[in-house]
Amino acid sequence: MSSLTRDKETEPVIWHPVEEEGHGHGGGATLIGFWIYLMSDALIFAALFATFGVLSTNYAGGPQPKEIFDLPLVALNTGLLLISSITFGFAMLEMQANRIGGTRLWLIITALFGVGFIGIELYEFSHLIAEGAGPQRSAFLSAFFTLVGTHGLHVTFGLIWIVVLLVQIAQRGLIVENQRRLICLSMFWHFLDIIWIGVFTFVYLLGVLR
Amino acid sequence: MRHFPLKSPLGATRLIALLLLLPALAGCSGDVMFPSGDIALQQRNLILISTGLMLLIIVPVMVLIVWFAWKYRKGSGAKYDPKFHHSTGLELIIWSCPLLIIICLGALTWSSTHLLDPFRPLDRISAGKPIPPGTKTLDVQVVAMDWKWLFILPEQGIATVNELALPVDVPVRFLLTSTSQMNTFYAPTLAGMIYTMPGMRSMLHAVINKPGESWGYSGNYTGAGYSHMRFKLRGLDQAGFDKWVADVKAAQGTELTLAKYVEMVKPTTKDPVVKFPTVAADIFDRIVKRCVDPSKPCLADAMPHGGSHGGGQMIGNKPVPALEKAPEDKGTGPNVTKPADPKVAPGQTAPGHQHNRAM
Amino acid sequence: MNDALLKTIFGRLTWESFPLHEPILLVTFIVVILLGAGIVGAVTYFRLWGWLWRDWFTSVDHKKIGIMYIILGIIMLLRGFADALMMRAQQAMAFGANEGYLPSHHYDQICTAHGTLMIFFVAIPLVVGIVNFVMPLQIGARDVAFPFLNNLSFWLTVAGALLVMVSLFVGEFAKTGWLSYAPLAGIEYSPDTGVDYYLWALQIAGIGTTLSGINMVATIIKMRAPGMTMMKMPVFVWTALCSNVLVVAIFPALTVAFMLLMLDRYVGTNFFTNDLGGNPMMYWNLVWIWGHPEVYVLILPVFGIYSEVTSTFTGKRLFGYSSMVYATVVITILSYIVWLHHFFTMGSGASVNSFFGIATMVISIPTGAKIFNWLFTMYRGQIRYDLPMMWVIAFMLTFVVGGMTGVLLAVPPADFVLHNSLFLVAHFHNVIIGGVVFGLFAGIIYWFPKAFGFHLDPTWGKVGFWGWVIGYWIAWTPIYIVGLMGVPRRVNYIEDASLQPYFIVAAIGALIILVGILGFVMSIVMGIVKRDKLRDVTGDPWNGRTLEWSTASPPPAYNFAFTPMIHDLDAWYDMKSRGYERPVEGYRPIHMPRNTGAGVILSALALVFGFAMIWYIWWLAAVALLGLFIVAIGHTFNYNRDYYIPSEDVMQIESQRLQALKSAGA
Repeated sequence: MSSLTRDKETEPVIWHPVEEEGHGHGGGATLIGFWIYLMSDALIFAALFATFGVLSTNYAGGPQPKEIFDLPLVALNTGLLLISSITFGFAMLEMQANRIGGTRLWLIITALFGVGFIGIELYEFSHLIAEGAGPQRSAFLSAFFTLVGTHGLHVTFGLIWIVVLLVQIAQRGLIVENQRRLICLSMFWHFLDIIWIGVFTFVYLLGVLR
Repeated sequence: MRHFPLKSPLGATRLIALLLLLPALAGCSGDVMFPSGDIALQQRNLILISTGLMLLIIVPVMVLIVWFAWKYRKGSGAKYDPKFHHSTGLELIIWSCPLLIIICLGALTWSSTHLLDPFRPLDRISAGKPIPPGTKTLDVQVVAMDWKWLFILPEQGIATVNELALPVDVPVRFLLTSTSQMNTFYAPTLAGMIYTMPGMRSMLHAVINKPGESWGYSGNYTGAGYSHMRFKLRGLDQAGFDKWVADVKAAQGTELTLAKYVEMVKPTTKDPVVKFPTVAADIFDRIVKRCVDPSKPCLADAMPHGGSHGGGQMIGNKPVPALEKAPEDKGTGPNVTKPADPKVAPGQTAPGHQHNRAM
Repeated sequence: MNDALLKTIFGRLTWESFPLHEPILLVTFIVVILLGAGIVGAVTYFRLWGWLWRDWFTSVDHKKIGIMYIILGIIMLLRGFADALMMRAQQAMAFGANEGYLPSHHYDQICTAHGTLMIFFVAIPLVVGIVNFVMPLQIGARDVAFPFLNNLSFWLTVAGALLVMVSLFVGEFAKTGWLSYAPLAGIEYSPDTGVDYYLWALQIAGIGTTLSGINMVATIIKMRAPGMTMMKMPVFVWTALCSNVLVVAIFPALTVAFMLLMLDRYVGTNFFTNDLGGNPMMYWNLVWIWGHPEVYVLILPVFGIYSEVTSTFTGKRLFGYSSMVYATVVITILSYIVWLHHFFTMGSGASVNSFFGIATMVISIPTGAKIFNWLFTMYRGQIRYDLPMMWVIAFMLTFVVGGMTGVLLAVPPADFVLHNSLFLVAHFHNVIIGGVVFGLFAGIIYWFPKAFGFHLDPTWGKVGFWGWVIGYWIAWTPIYIVGLMGVPRRVNYIEDASLQPYFIVAAIGALIILVGILGFVMSIVMGIVKRDKLRDVTGDPWNGRTLEWSTASPPPAYNFAFTPMIHDLDAWYDMKSRGYERPVEGYRPIHMPRNTGAGVILSALALVFGFAMIWYIWWLAAVALLGLFIVAIGHTFNYNRDYYIPSEDVMQIESQRLQALKSAGA
C-alpha cells in the first residue's frame, strides 16, 4: 500500500502529467452520462411494468385483453419500430462515412417510420376509448394506457429530437457535437425498441394468451 | 402501577429489562412493556432479548469510543502511530462480531416471525398453559371507519362502536377490513398492530390474559379525525363477558342494518360508544367486497367478465378527475387555516366532499 | 364577468385561497412580503443584481452551485424546524380536555410539511451541496461532467422548494403525511390543492435530483485525475459515488409513484383507488422502494464526511480503507432489498417478513464495521478536538443507539408493537439527526474555510454543537419512552394526561435544539464579521490529506492550474510528505464551461407549469409547457458553451497565491 518505500523515493516523482489540449468534458463523459440516464429511464419502465404486472388482471368487470387487443395491428406497429431501428443504423453508418446527405435521408426515413408507429398507436388508443375501454374503466386499462402511452411519449420525444438534429446538421454539418448527439439519439432510439419488445411480449402476447 | 412480571423467562436480560423499564415505571402506563395479552407479552420479551443481544456489542463499542477519544487526544502523550491503518486480525474481529450477533438475531427473527405470525392460530393461552380441548375461538370482525372502530361479533350477533370486550383466556380471531383508508388496528396491550385495508381482509390471532381496561388506537394516519380514533379494550372474565353481551343485546340502540352502515360511512369524529343489539347477517362480507350500498356491484362479482364489449357496471360516486372538470366545477382551493364553518356539522355533506375531511 | 370565464382564467384560485381571514398567517404573509421587498430593494440599491445573476445564478461552477445548495438547505431547515417547534408545542399541551392550539387541518399540514421539507429540501440539498463542492476538488477535476445540467438541477430543486413555500400563503399544503399514502392522497379523500402542491413540488425537485445523480456518477467515473484508480479515491468520493448510483436507481420509482398518483387525480385512472381494481399497496411499495435507499443516499456521503474528518483530525490514514469501501458498496446493494420492513404489519406472511427483516439486520454488519473503522482510526492517533471532530464523537455515540433501535424494529414481531408508534419516530430522528445532521454540520464546518477562506466562529460553533447534542437527547429520549407505552405517531392529541410530562420535556429539548440552530447561524454571522481574524491563507487549515486542501481558499474557478498526478490514497498528504514543490511556470490556457441562464429560465417555467397545474389553470400550464420545450430546444442550438482562461490570467492568479503562501510562511 505505502508508496513511501525506499526504492521509489530515489526516482523523481511526477506530480503533474503533461496535459493534452482540450478539456475534461469530452464525448466520453457525455456518452456514459447518457447511458446512465437510459438506465434510469429503464427503471421507470421497470416500475411501470411491475405496476402493470400487479394490475393486469384487475378488469373490474371491464373488457379483457383478448377482447380489445388487435394483434395484427400491433404486429405491424412492432414491425415499423424494428425497421426504424435498422434505418437509424444506416443513418449512423452514413454519419461515420461523413456523408451529410445520406445521414439526413436515413434520419428522415426513420422519422417516417416513427410517425407511422405513433399514428397507429393513436388510432388504437382512440378506438379503445371510443369503445368504452379507456384508462378510467379499470385498473388493468389504466396500467395498459400508462405503460404503452409512456413509451409512445418517448418515441414522440425521439421524433422531435430527430427533427431538431436534422436542422442542426443542415446548419453546421456533422461536427463533433452533432455526431455526439446522433450517437446519443441512436442509443435512445434502440433503447425504445428494446422496451417495445418487452411491451409487445408482456402486454400484448401474454395478455391475449391469458 | 402495574405488576412487574417476575416470572419473565429471561434471567440474563432481567437487568437490562429493568433499566429499560425504569422510565416507563415512573409513568405507570407502559402498555407495550406491561401487556395483558400473551402475544404482546411474547413480543415484549422479544424486544428485551434482542435489545440485550445488541447491547452485548453496543456497550463495549460505546465504552471504546469514549476511552479512545479521551486516551488519544492530542497532548495526552499516548502512543502515536500514523502508520497504523491496517490489521487483518482486527478486521476479522470487526466483521465477525456483528456477524455473530446478527446470526443469533436472525435465527431468533426467523423462528419468532413464524411463531407470532398474525395469521397463525394460537397454540397456547399463555406460557405453560395450553389451549383446553374443545375451546371455541371467538371471532371478532373489525371495520376501521372514518374515524371510528366498528366491532362485529357474528356469533353473538351484536356490534359496537369504539368499545370491545374480550373474555379472558379465550383465543380470539380478528378479521379486519376498512371502509376507505389504509388504517392500522393497534392494540398495544393485546397483540400489537396490523393494517386494515379497504377491499381486503387481514387477520390477527390474539388472547387476553388479564382482566382490565386499556386503549386501542388507530396507528396509521388517515386524516383529520385520526388522533381521536381509538377504542376501549376491556378484558372481562367469562361471566363478565356474558353480561356485557347481554347488555349490548338489551341496549336500546338501532340495528346495524346495511342502510345504517351506509350512513355511518360518512366521516365523523369523537364518536361515543354505540351498541347494536342486532347485525345484518352478511354485512362484513359485503364491507370487504365493498358493496354494502345495494346499488354497487360487489368486487368479487364484478371480477369475472360477463356481458358485452366494454360494458360492465361503473361504480358510482367516483369523483371527477381534475382534467374533466367543467370550469364551474373547479371549486376553490381555500386556505384551510380558515376556521371550519360551525353551521355545517361534520359529515353532513356528501361522502367524499372535501369539507368532510377537513373538519 | 361570469363564473365560468373567471374559473377558466384563474382555475380554482379565488380570494378564499389567500389567508385574508387568518390574522396570524396574514401577518406572516405581510412580513415575508416586506422582507422579500426589503431584500429585493437592498439588492437593487447596492446594484447587486448583475453580480448575483452573472456570478451566482447562472454560474455553472460546481463550487458556487454547491454553496447555493447549502444556502437553500439552511433556509429550508429554519422553516422545517419552525414546523417542528409548532408540533412539539401542540403535543406538549393537547391532553385530556385541552385540544391544544392547532386544529387537525392545520397540524396535519405542519406535520406533512415538516417531513417533506426536512428530507427533500434540507437533507438532500445539503448532501448534494457538499458533494457538489467537495467531490470534484477531491478527484482533481476542474468541474463536473455536465456543468449546465448541474445548474439546472439546482434550480429545479429551488422551484420545488418555492412551490412548497407558496402553499403556505396560497391555498394549503398536503394533509396526508410526508409520503402522501394512497388512497388518502387520492382525489376522493384529498380533493384540495395540498396533495397537488406536494406532488408537483417533489416531482420537479426529484427530476433535479435525478439529473444531479447522473451528473455526479459520470463525473466520478470519467473525470478523476490521472493515477487515481478506484481504490485510490478518497472515501468521501466512494460514498458520493454509491449515494448517487442509488439516486439514479431509486428516483425513477418515486417518479413513477407520483406520476401514477397524478394520473389518478387528474385523468381519473385507477392505480391506487379503492374501486375499479386499483391497488393502494402498489403505491406503498413503489414509494418505499425509493424511500428506504433514500436513507442511504443521505447517510452514505455523510459517512464519507466522518471518514475524512476522523482521518484528518487524528492525523492518521483511515483504518481499513478497503473494508470501508466494501462496506459502503454492500450497504448500497442491500439497501435495495429491504423496503418491505416499512410495512411488516401489512400481512405479507411470515417468510417474506423474515427475509426482509434479516436482510435489514445484515446492513448493520457493514455499518458496524464502519463504526469500528473510525474507532481504530482514532486508536494511536493524535486527536485534535476542533469542532468537526467533536461532531464525529457525538455522532458515534448517538448513532449506535439509533442503529440498535433500527435493528430492533427489523425484528418483525417486535415491529408489530413498535411500528407506527412514536418509538419509530424517535428511531428515525435518532439516525437522521444523530447520523445525517451531525455529519452535515461536521462537513460544513470542515470545508467552510475551503469555500470562503476563513473559519466559522468556533465559540458560537460550540454553542451550536452543545445545543444540538444535548437538545437531541432531551427531545427524543422521552419520545422513545412514550413509544414504548404505545402512543401512535402523527397524533395531535393524547387522551392520557399522565404522559404530558414526557412531551413537555421533549418540547424543552426542541427549544435547546433551537439554541443549537441559532448558535450555528451565529457562527456564520460572527465568522463573517470576524473574517479577517479567522482568515486562512494557506488553503490547508486543518493539515488535510485530500486534494481539495492543495488549492487556494477559496479555490480559483479552474480549481487546479495543473492537473495533479495521483500516486497514493490521501494524495495531498502524499504530496506534502514527499516534498512537493508547486510549479511556478508553464501555465497553459484552461478550457472552462461558460455560464448560462437557461437553467434559471427552465426552472422558472417549470415552477409556473407546476403552479398552473395545481390550480387547474390549464391555459397557463399549456403556455408554460410550450415555453419549456422552446427554451430547452433553443438551448441545444447554442454551441458556444465554453471558453479559455488565458494562461496570463492563470499565471497572475497562481503567482498571487504563491506570494500569499510565502508571506504566510508556509
